[in-house]
Amino acid sequence: MKLITTKHNRRSFLKVSTAAGGGMLLGFSWFAGCKPATVEEMAKAVPSTWFDINSYIKIGDTGLVTIMSPNPEIGQNVKTSMPMIIAEELDVRWKDVVVQQAGLNTEWYTRQVAGGSQSIRQGWESLRMAGATAKQMLINAAAKKWNVDAAECTASEGVITNAKGETIGYGEVAAEAAEMEVPETVPLKEVKDFKIIGTDTYNVDIENIITGKPLFGLDTQREGMLYATVIRPPAFGQKLKSLDDSEALKVNGVQQVIQMRVPLKEKDRFADKIAIIANSTWAAMKGQKAVKAVWEEETPAEHSDNHNKELLKMVTTLAKEPVRRNGDPEKVFEEADEVLERIYEAPFLPHNCMEPMNFFADVREDKIDLIGPIQTPAWTRNRIVDLFEMVEKTGDEEKDKAAYAEAFKKINLEMTRMGGGFGRRLYGDFVIEAAQISKMTGKPVKVVFTREDDMAAGTYRPSTKYRIRAAIKDNKLAAYHLTEVGVNGNMWAALADGFPAGAMDDYRVDTHQLKSNITIGAWRAPYTNFLASAEQSFFDELAHKIGVDAVQMRLGLLEEAKANYDKHRELEEKFKDDEEQLAEAQKALLPKGNYEPDKFIGVIKLAAEKSGWGKAPAGTYQGFSVFYSHNTYVAEVADVVMEDGKPKVKKMTCAVDCGIVVNPIAAKNQVEGGIIDGIGHSMFGELTFEDGKATQTNFNNYRMIRINEAPEIEIHFVKNENNPTGLGEPALPPAGAAIANAIFAATGERLYSQPYVKQSKVLG
Amino acid sequence: MAVFNIKVNNENRQVDVDPDTPLLWVLRDNIGLVGTKYGCGIGQCGACTVHVNGAAMRSCSLPVSAVGDKSIITIEGLSTDASHPLQEAWRTHDVPQCGYCQAGQIMNAASLLANNPDPSDKDIDQAMQGNLCRCATYTRIRAAIKTAAKIS
Repeated sequence: MKLITTKHNRRSFLKVSTAAGGGMLLGFSWFAGCKPATVEEMAKAVPSTWFDINSYIKIGDTGLVTIMSPNPEIGQNVKTSMPMIIAEELDVRWKDVVVQQAGLNTEWYTRQVAGGSQSIRQGWESLRMAGATAKQMLINAAAKKWNVDAAECTASEGVITNAKGETIGYGEVAAEAAEMEVPETVPLKEVKDFKIIGTDTYNVDIENIITGKPLFGLDTQREGMLYATVIRPPAFGQKLKSLDDSEALKVNGVQQVIQMRVPLKEKDRFADKIAIIANSTWAAMKGQKAVKAVWEEETPAEHSDNHNKELLKMVTTLAKEPVRRNGDPEKVFEEADEVLERIYEAPFLPHNCMEPMNFFADVREDKIDLIGPIQTPAWTRNRIVDLFEMVEKTGDEEKDKAAYAEAFKKINLEMTRMGGGFGRRLYGDFVIEAAQISKMTGKPVKVVFTREDDMAAGTYRPSTKYRIRAAIKDNKLAAYHLTEVGVNGNMWAALADGFPAGAMDDYRVDTHQLKSNITIGAWRAPYTNFLASAEQSFFDELAHKIGVDAVQMRLGLLEEAKANYDKHRELEEKFKDDEEQLAEAQKALLPKGNYEPDKFIGVIKLAAEKSGWGKAPAGTYQGFSVFYSHNTYVAEVADVVMEDGKPKVKKMTCAVDCGIVVNPIAAKNQVEGGIIDGIGHSMFGELTFEDGKATQTNFNNYRMIRINEAPEIEIHFVKNENNPTGLGEPALPPAGAAIANAIFAATGERLYSQPYVKQSKVLG
Repeated sequence: MAVFNIKVNNENRQVDVDPDTPLLWVLRDNIGLVGTKYGCGIGQCGACTVHVNGAAMRSCSLPVSAVGDKSIITIEGLSTDASHPLQEAWRTHDVPQCGYCQAGQIMNAASLLANNPDPSDKDIDQAMQGNLCRCATYTRIRAAIKTAAKIS
């Protein structure tokens, strides 16, 4: 048992208020959402009073527990897995837990963001402490009641037991526990004692999903609510010249057409917008089509063909400053026996969440209600404060902070379950629109994007190219050089420290950016989503050229990385109290990569073993790929068979190291989805621009992967007791190269350009 | 505007809307049954699938004026107590990720099972191709349909 100090985020453990009677309603609505059998199985009755133990936990007088799930739910299943972590340390039975989505509260919760696969990793400690602290307070309350030492008492599954064997339920001491001092330190469970973590636990919203209950932003209905669609410039780089709304106003149900000028800040790039406000979604959509707007060029219209020409020029040039450079790669390339050089290309991608962007806003003088799907509620709230100039900035940090805190009191932001996020809902442009329309009309309003709006006014995965070069000397990889160029975006510097950095003495990464008026943004596994395809396809080709097994080649490099990593570890140990000396000593070593070689090696070996790598039956062709991203290691082996003369991905075998697997059934779901998403977008995904306009605007001309193209997936998790990392993104990056390498094995055709169906002669 | 009397989940409903209003928006905005989802508006994603006289149809592309006296069943009316074999199987396999497309998936699958009680993988792939799942829960959808076929 380890004791952990509760100082971290102590504020969230301060009692908020006790005896929250309003919880009653929650209990009943939860029962209404249960299927009858579940209700019968329920051991605890609906409480008449709920007690707030801390900001995450309410305990009812019957022992039923409400756990607030702090983070936005976009389908990554945190609404189930985060409360599981709290319930584990609180030590209650999962069936006695009711989960409720928390609203935005930056005072109570840490990092209410859905992004970067970080919810579980970064929430782990505070969630465990929330549970453990509450448990200790319950024990302390019971001890006081019994007049015994708390150290003599234990608690398990919602029941506290004392040395004499007397027991009392959490519900019976909840009132007293809520009044207890927050303990300075609390014990945390050993991993081996986990009962909920590591057990298949079903999605807490499953009943509501399969019966069609209102859950999503688009389902929001409020008294007096109006519906709005928004016309944004049809092409990037345009502004409004003239507007004729006479026909739109004749549409039944259309109430108003308003012109908006959006302050051009952060990620919102369209200055001119036209909102159509109506009494139904359909009327707003019809009105949108009836508006006659004339647009004119403000900045030059762009074309994908021109982007491609420019990108190809840039990708063969060196940057002024490389992102990372080790040894003397230029010299090694000069002296190489041979150089393998390849260029990999990927297009823009829209996010295409199944639930199009939408948001509800009710902006009044004294209060602002914002309800809907958003991955970044805290940042969005800041933007609303700025939009309405609710704070007069003084430049004095403390004063401004206090003024913002005061402004936040007027803003109520509720997060609905999201019909997908994938990064698109990090950018709250749709919240700004809803708030602005509500303010201008003085009405509660729900803004709805049509699918066409959603695809044409995106924050896209940038179109990107990589040139990768390998210097080959004595039939070995002697130097590695990667050059990147992306439209409006380039990789985070940390990515240059990814494999094979730290495994090679001579190594270089350059990156460039092609400026554009097209908005780009984070798209599931930003940058790595294509970097992995390029890099891992290249390693396959390189292994083939040198004549070594693709898995052995990677393992060989990782052994080099490990030797170097171990030298760093030795120094880190030796100079653990002297950072300066450590830095000085490390200068003699090759800088480490951003990964742990042992973990990399672990997933590679596991995937190779489980997939029968190298032992595929006749007619099955395999492709290998491995990538580390978002703190998680994933290796994938694709099995391709030929059907009617065409390669078909039949199966993917996958090995994952994400530390402790919090909820296996849901963790597998994330990995399955990530793999199929990775296959789909590398095979089919493409958005192009003509005259600044998106060419693809709906699913009739934008191809998404469908059920008949989804392979069987087999997943193996590396078993360990390391703190958990995330799974929303890491399974996606390796998938593209796994299938490209398997398709090469099956057909002899190398794939360099995504979408693969467009480049390939055999895929068709 | 015109008055339409339609039968939804075995209840008669009267709505006053434009005749070209898609059934999808009548269900969602006028009747308040929001389980049926908007995804594309052009019958390409399947999120809005409902049953019209037992057959799976895309409600985004069906004007209310074409409904007449046909019986409409939505996800809310698939079963009275969430006990349809597909709902049971969706629980067993913990199918959803974001969950947005799942009502459409279930409604489409229900129509498949009504016509083909024991579908092969190929039958499932063929029948379910029109239903997109951006989270890509496809392997679970396939498994859940097979489980449901066994239950029923």
